[in-house]
Amino acid sequence: MRYLPKGPAERQEMLEAIGAHNIEELFHSIPDEFRLREPLHLPGPLSEAGIIEYFRARAAENARGYTSFLGAGVYQHFRSVVTDALIQRGEFLTSYTPYQAEIAQGTLQSIFEFQTLMCQLTGQEVANASMYDGSTALTEAVLMAERLTSRRNVLVARTLHPEYRQVLATYAKHCDLNVTEVGFTSSGQLDTSTLSPESLAHAAAVVVQSPNYFGVVEDIPALAPIAHAHGALLVTCITEAVSLGIVRPPAEADIVAMEAQSFGVAPSFGGPFVGVIASRDKFVRQMPGRLVGQASDAEGRRGYVLTLATREQHIRREKATSNICTNEALFALAATIHLCLMGKEGLREMAQQNLSKAHFALAELTKIPGVRHCFSGPVFNEFALEFPRSVKIINHALLREKIIGPLPLGVNYPEQTKCGLVAVTETMPRAEIERFAAAIRQILARPV
Amino acid sequence: MAYPSGLRYTQQHEWVKVEGDTGTVGITDYAQQELGDVVYVDLPKIGSTLKAGESLGTVESVKAVSEIYSPVSGEVTALNDLLQGAPEKINQDPQGEAWLVRVKLSHPKEAESLMDGAAYDAYVSAKSKEH
Amino acid sequence: MKESNNPGQSATLPQPVEPGASSERVSRQVSLNEGLIFEESTSGKRGMEFPPLDVPEIDPAKALGAAFVRDAVENFPEVSEIEVIRHFTRLSTWNYAIDLGMYPLGSCTMKYNPRVNEFVARLDGLATEHPSQTTEAAQGCLRIMHDLHKCLLEITGMDSGTLQPAAGAQGEFAGLLMIRAYLESKGDARKKVLIPDSAHGTNPASVVLAGYEVQNIRSNSSGLIDIGHLREYVTSDVAALMLTNPNTLGVFEERIAEIAEVLHEGGALLYMDGANMNALAGVARPGDFGVDVMHLNLHKTFSTPHGGGGPGAGPVMVKKFLEPFLPVPVICERPDGKLAVDHNRPQSIGRVRAFFGNFGVLLRALAYTLAYGPGIRQVTEDAVLNANYLRAKLENDFDLPYSLPSMHEVVFSDARQKKFGVNTMDIAKRLIDYGFHPYTTAFPLIVPGALMIEPTESESKKECDQFIDAMQAIAREAETNPELVRTAPHSTRVGRLDEVGAARKPVLRWKPAPPHENAKS
Repeated sequence: MRYLPKGPAERQEMLEAIGAHNIEELFHSIPDEFRLREPLHLPGPLSEAGIIEYFRARAAENARGYTSFLGAGVYQHFRSVVTDALIQRGEFLTSYTPYQAEIAQGTLQSIFEFQTLMCQLTGQEVANASMYDGSTALTEAVLMAERLTSRRNVLVARTLHPEYRQVLATYAKHCDLNVTEVGFTSSGQLDTSTLSPESLAHAAAVVVQSPNYFGVVEDIPALAPIAHAHGALLVTCITEAVSLGIVRPPAEADIVAMEAQSFGVAPSFGGPFVGVIASRDKFVRQMPGRLVGQASDAEGRRGYVLTLATREQHIRREKATSNICTNEALFALAATIHLCLMGKEGLREMAQQNLSKAHFALAELTKIPGVRHCFSGPVFNEFALEFPRSVKIINHALLREKIIGPLPLGVNYPEQTKCGLVAVTETMPRAEIERFAAAIRQILARPV
Repeated sequence: MAYPSGLRYTQQHEWVKVEGDTGTVGITDYAQQELGDVVYVDLPKIGSTLKAGESLGTVESVKAVSEIYSPVSGEVTALNDLLQGAPEKINQDPQGEAWLVRVKLSHPKEAESLMDGAAYDAYVSAKSKEH
Repeated sequence: MKESNNPGQSATLPQPVEPGASSERVSRQVSLNEGLIFEESTSGKRGMEFPPLDVPEIDPAKALGAAFVRDAVENFPEVSEIEVIRHFTRLSTWNYAIDLGMYPLGSCTMKYNPRVNEFVARLDGLATEHPSQTTEAAQGCLRIMHDLHKCLLEITGMDSGTLQPAAGAQGEFAGLLMIRAYLESKGDARKKVLIPDSAHGTNPASVVLAGYEVQNIRSNSSGLIDIGHLREYVTSDVAALMLTNPNTLGVFEERIAEIAEVLHEGGALLYMDGANMNALAGVARPGDFGVDVMHLNLHKTFSTPHGGGGPGAGPVMVKKFLEPFLPVPVICERPDGKLAVDHNRPQSIGRVRAFFGNFGVLLRALAYTLAYGPGIRQVTEDAVLNANYLRAKLENDFDLPYSLPSMHEVVFSDARQKKFGVNTMDIAKRLIDYGFHPYTTAFPLIVPGALMIEPTESESKKECDQFIDAMQAIAREAETNPELVRTAPHSTRVGRLDEVGAARKPVLRWKPAPPHENAKS
C-alpha cells in the first residue's frame, strides 16, 4: 500500500528484533473474543485515481456552477491562489501544534501575526490563536463574560445567528447560565427598550451581532454604555468579517467573537472555518484557547512561544477556562495570508465593492412589485426581503435557472414568513444580479 | 533557608505571622522552590472572607498552578502591592518582602495549632528525602 | 555555560559521518533575517487586486451613517504578492513537519497526510458549497458525510453517530451530554464522571463543561484500571467512566469486558476516548468490548493534517440507545435512496457547532479510509510493529516504568538520565539536533519524567533505526556530556526561549514603535 513504507522483508526483520514470530503475537493483550478474524466491510481500497473519481462524482451532485445568493454566516469571497499555495506547503500543512518552539517558529510567528491582525480589525487589545468557528467563539465569549462577572444571566439578541444561539443554548444548559432573548425593532436592530435596569443588573453580558442575521448594522457605541451602566459586559459577534473593512469596529465591546471564514477560507459546506475571540488585555487570563507571545532566547534573539498556558486544559484540567485543545490553526494561517495579500487598500476596496453591489441588488429587487426590504436599518452586504409568495416555492423555480435564492427566514423567525435573506458579495457580477432580479420578477408574474 | 521561629507553617507550605489580631500570610521558601519561577499570583479581593484550610488563590509558574490554602480565618484587609507586575519577588523573598495578604483574624489563636519553624523544617526535610 | 551558535563550532553538533548513520540527518536550520510582516510593510503596496466595480459606487456614509464608517485599518500590512510569498515561505522553513521526518509524539498519531486528500477537498462542487443549500442541491456533500459515517460505524462497531463536533474535546463534550440526556430520560440524573489519573487534560475539562464533577481514580501498579477500586467508585452517583483504550501508556485494558460490566451493573456508562484508535482499527472494535459512546480524532487516526494546531474533527459514535440524543441535525437516508436532513429530534442534546461540522476534514478522512478499504488493518499492524520495535531497541538505554505489552505507543521515563542531571525535556530538546521532533514529554502524569513515543505506521524501518541511533547517542551523551544535552538545541535559529519572561510580561501582538523611537518593540 502506497502510504506504508515497509516491505515484507523489513517487517520480518523487525519482528525478529522484537522476538515475535508473527504480528498477531503483538495483539495478545486484546482478549481473544474481541480480536477480529475477518477484514472489515469497507469500500475500497481505491487508487488515487479511484479516490478522485469518487469525489468528482460527489461534486457533480451538488450545485456546482450555480449562482448563489446565500450568506447567513458563510460568505463567498475572492480568494487568491497564493493562499492555497502557501498553506499546502508541507511545513505548514503537516506540522504539529507548536509546543516545541525552537522548531515551530514558522507557525508561532504567523499566529502572532494573526493575533495582531484580529486586534487591528476588531479594535480590541488581545486576540487568541483561533477557536473552532464563530458559533463556538461566541459561546466561549459568553462563558468568559460569566466568569468575569460571576453573573448567571445573559441577554442575547434574537438577531444573533439562529445556529449560534442554538450552540449557546447547548452549552448554557450545563454551565448554569440563563439565556433571555431580546427582540428587534422595525429597523431590524436590537430593541433596547426591553432591556430593563433590573435585567441588566443581573446580566453577565448583552450579546449582539453586527451586522446581524438580517444584515443590519447595530449601534454598538450606543449599546455599550447601556450594558456597562449596570455592570454587564458587551459581547459582540461578527459573522461577516469583511464588514470590518468599512464598518466601524466594535471597539467599545468587552469581548468580540467572530467568524473569519470570509478571509480566504472556502465555504466548504460549513467547515473548517476560523473562530476568533478578542478582548481587553485586563481580561486575558480568562480567555480560552492558545495564545502566542513574544520571547527571547539566551542570546537575545526574538522568537515566539505559546504562553499563559496555565489557563488551558493540559495544565489546568478541570479548572481550565475551556476544554479546547485542537483549534483551526491552518485556516487562521490562511486568513493571515489572505489579509496580508489584500492589505489595507484591498480590504477597504473589497468591503466597498460588497456594499455597492448589495445596495445595487437591493434597489433592483425592491423594484419588483410585492418585494420589499423588511427592515429600515443600515445594511452592509446582506438584507432581508419580503416576497408576496413562499420563498421556498420561489427558490424551487430559481434552482431550475441554476440560481440559489434567498434563505427562508420563517423556520427561525415564525413572524417573518415569506421573508428571505439575500447576500451579495464582490464576487457577484452585475449581470447575475440582473438575471436574478429578472428571474424573480418572472416567477412572481406567473399565476399561483 | 531558615524557617524563622516567629512564623507558623502549614503542611501545604504556607506561613502566617500573627501580631495581635492581624495575620500576614505568604508561601514558604520550599513552596517557591518546588514551583520554580513564579509568573503570576491570583489573590482574593480586599474584604473577602477566608476560612482556614480553604483556597484563597493561586500561584503560577509557566507549567503549573498551585492553590494557596489559607492558614487562618478572617477578613482580607490588604494585598501586597509590591507584587504588582513583579511576581518574581515571591521567588526572591517569599517569607519576608513577598507576603501575599494581610488578614484581620477572626480566631487569633488558630495559628497556634500550626507547625513552628523547627517542626516545619523537619517536615520539609523528610519530604525532600522522598524525592 | 551555553555554547554559541557559530558556524564551524562543531562541538555542539553530532559529527558528520558515513551515510546510514544517524548523524547524516543533522543540518543547521536556515535562519534568514525575516521579521514580522508589519515590519516589511510600506505605504501604497497591495498583493491582491479585484475586477473593477461594475455597479455604481455607494457612499458608505450615506448607506451606513457617517458615524458607522471606519477609515482604513490603521497599521494594517501593505505588501506585494511576492513579499507575501517570500515571507511565509521563509517562515515555513523554520518549521519541522511530517513531510520532513518522524514525529514520535505519543498520543498524537502524526501519520502521513495523503496529498490526494488535499486535492479532492478543493474540488469545485465541494469546496464551493454552502451548508444552507437545500438538500436537493447538496446530495453530494451529504453523501460524503453519510459514507464516512457508515465507514466509522464499521470500524468502531457502534450503531450510530454524529460528525458535528469540531475536535476531540468537543466530541467528548457532546458524548457526555448524551450520557446525561439518556440518564435524565430515565429519571436517573447522576453527578460524577470517573477519570483515570492517566487521562488527557481535555477529559476533566470536558466533564466540568458538561456540568459533571470529576472523580479521579488511580491506576494500579501496572498502569491499568484497578477493578477493585472501580467497584468501590461506581456508586449510584456515577454517570460514566471516561476511558482511553489502549490507555495513555499504550497498554490495552485486558479486563475491559469486566470494566464495562462493573459500570453497566451500576447503571453507569462506558465512554471511550478514541485518541488511540490507531492501535485498534481493523483489529478490534470498541462496540464489541462494551463501549457505549466514544469519540474519534480524525486528525489523529484518520490522517487529516494537523496544520500547526488544527483543524480537527471529533465524531462521536454511539450505541442504539443513545441515538435519540444525538446532536441535531441528523443525516438520514430516505426510502428512495436520497439523503435528507432531519431537524426534528425532540430528545437531541442540541447543536454543538453551527452547520454540519468540519466538512472539509470529514471529506479528507473519507478519502483516507477509501484508500485502504478493508486493508486498514495493515495500518494498525505496522503502527504496533513500529512501536514495539522502538521499545525493544531502546529498553536497554531508557527506563521502562510499566512492563506490560505496548501497542502503538511506548512510554519510557528519564529515571536513568536523571542521575546525571538530564531530564526528559533536555533529551527531547537534544533530539532536535539529531533532526527529529521531540516525543511527548511529561505526559501521562502518572509517569514522572515521561518519554511518550508513538512512531505511527508511516515510518520506515530506516527512519525508525535513525531514531533509535539518535536516542542511544543522547543516552550516552547524558552520561558523558550532560551539559551538552541540558543546553540543547544547538542547531536551531533560536535557542530555548524565555517562557518565564513571556508569561510575566506578555506581549501578545505587534504594535508600531512610538514615534521618535528607534527601538524595535
